[in-house]
Amino acid sequence: MPRNVLVRSSVVFRMDQPDELLELLCENARYSTGDLARLTGRTEAEVEATIDELEAEGVIQGYTAIVDWDEIDDQRVQAHVELNVTLDRETSYRDVAERLAGFPEVQGLRLVSGDYDFALEVEGDNMREVSRFISDKVAPLPEITQTVTHYIMETYKQSGHRFDDGGDDDRLSVTP
Amino acid sequence: MTLRPSDRVAEVPPSGIRRFFELAEEMDDVISLGVGEPDFSAPWGAREAAITSLERGQTSYTANRGMRELREEIARDAHRWNLEYDPDDEILVTAGASEALDIAFRALVNPGDSVAVAQPCYVSYKPGVTFAGGEVIDVPTRVEDEFKLTPEVLYEAGADEAELLVYCFPNNPTGATMNREELAEIAQFCRANDVAVLSDEIYADLTYEGDHVSIAEFDGMRERTIVFNGFSKAYAMTGLRLGYAMGPSEVIAAMNRIHQYTMLSAPTTAQYAAIEALRNCREDVEEMCAQYNRRRNFVLSRFEEMGIDCFEATGAFYVFPECPGDDAEQFAEDLLEAEQVAMVPGTAFGAGADGHLRASYATGLEELKEAMDRLERFIS
Repeated sequence: MPRNVLVRSSVVFRMDQPDELLELLCENARYSTGDLARLTGRTEAEVEATIDELEAEGVIQGYTAIVDWDEIDDQRVQAHVELNVTLDRETSYRDVAERLAGFPEVQGLRLVSGDYDFALEVEGDNMREVSRFISDKVAPLPEITQTVTHYIMETYKQSGHRFDDGGDDDRLSVTP
Repeated sequence: MTLRPSDRVAEVPPSGIRRFFELAEEMDDVISLGVGEPDFSAPWGAREAAITSLERGQTSYTANRGMRELREEIARDAHRWNLEYDPDDEILVTAGASEALDIAFRALVNPGDSVAVAQPCYVSYKPGVTFAGGEVIDVPTRVEDEFKLTPEVLYEAGADEAELLVYCFPNNPTGATMNREELAEIAQFCRANDVAVLSDEIYADLTYEGDHVSIAEFDGMRERTIVFNGFSKAYAMTGLRLGYAMGPSEVIAAMNRIHQYTMLSAPTTAQYAAIEALRNCREDVEEMCAQYNRRRNFVLSRFEEMGIDCFEATGAFYVFPECPGDDAEQFAEDLLEAEQVAMVPGTAFGAGADGHLRASYATGLEELKEAMDRLERFIS
């Protein structure tokens, strides 16, 4: 199962060329320190130190697996929810975000431009659970003016990884 | 009469890689480091342009020399290597760089002419010379020179007597590259001995240390050089069969005379893909190049850890380690049998390659890792 690294993009880093390491970790966070060193032509100690620093600075926010739940017949349901909010002098986007982010059902939360304010990724064991969560926990919040829920029907690609086998290698096995 | 091959064809042995290929094809679960083409697909932009051209019904012949638009893009792209060619009459678009090389031999070589072939090299140069009626002068490069071409090896081989010199840098199979100073010496050799050059630069974009340099940019070399390039390697478009030659108008005209009677024009769909590739796919090339470079670092590090001697190849997608066994052909076969890892014995690529193996890193990193683990197990 490929793994993903969570990177906060707003931090300006000063470490020695961490971009390539981040790129490799985003490709597969399970690469060993030894392999990362071999791939980038650095020593293991340098790689280790850079990753430590990236973690300490909050550039790397965490590591997670990219899972195709359908492959294990898991019935969990994911939804993309559009939220519109209204703000006042005492309430900012961040305040609303903090309330929403606290719910374990909320897997992702972003403030976006366009027709709605927040894009939520919500996950539950089944459709009823997700619907109840939106109607009972999210919609009643005083700042929320509208919710539109889109259930995810099929995932083809996530965090840069395609969910098919990527196609067979149809090259001849030995060519000049 | 009964049909039988001409003496000229009979003289050329079957490709040395063939036997090994047949062995590898028979086996399951082979991790192949024997592939001489990218593991990436062509950039989506190029593929999309090909599809669009088909949807529009653009399926006719093009001008013999290739579409004008494409030749203009090729001329513009050549500026990256400090080369200036006129798209009107100094560029010929062909069905792969291989076709360009073949017709260059046929356009330039008279029966009995000598052609110096720097080796190890791509398998088709020597047969190409023979098919054209020329005599090959083998020029083996040396591991102690990191398989670079030097005036010493050229003189030693008698290449100063040759009419033509053909080489490929960055090199298949060694991964060697030539820098400006080293090429300046070759240019000097060619001017001093009146030798013309066929410079196969198909791997130019896959140069990992410094910038690629073409011999055609040196004083007095443009008029005696044909530069070959194409879309197979850098743009991962091998199956689309598209290459080109750039050179003085008289020689391009001579090549075009053969091309118009044999190929007519290079594949039209591929030409549309190539225009888009040159205009908008540089980022894809750079990304592929970055990935090759990481794999190169990885493979070289693993060889070093295993105690396998390998000079630091700086181009193409090959490394050329010394064979840990006495006999590279036997070693390659045994490795294939025991561990299902395919590496091509150097002898398939001509002189100077004895005792070496070609390992291609145009293969996914997971497979490379597994192949290196299996190799380590095999030699320990």
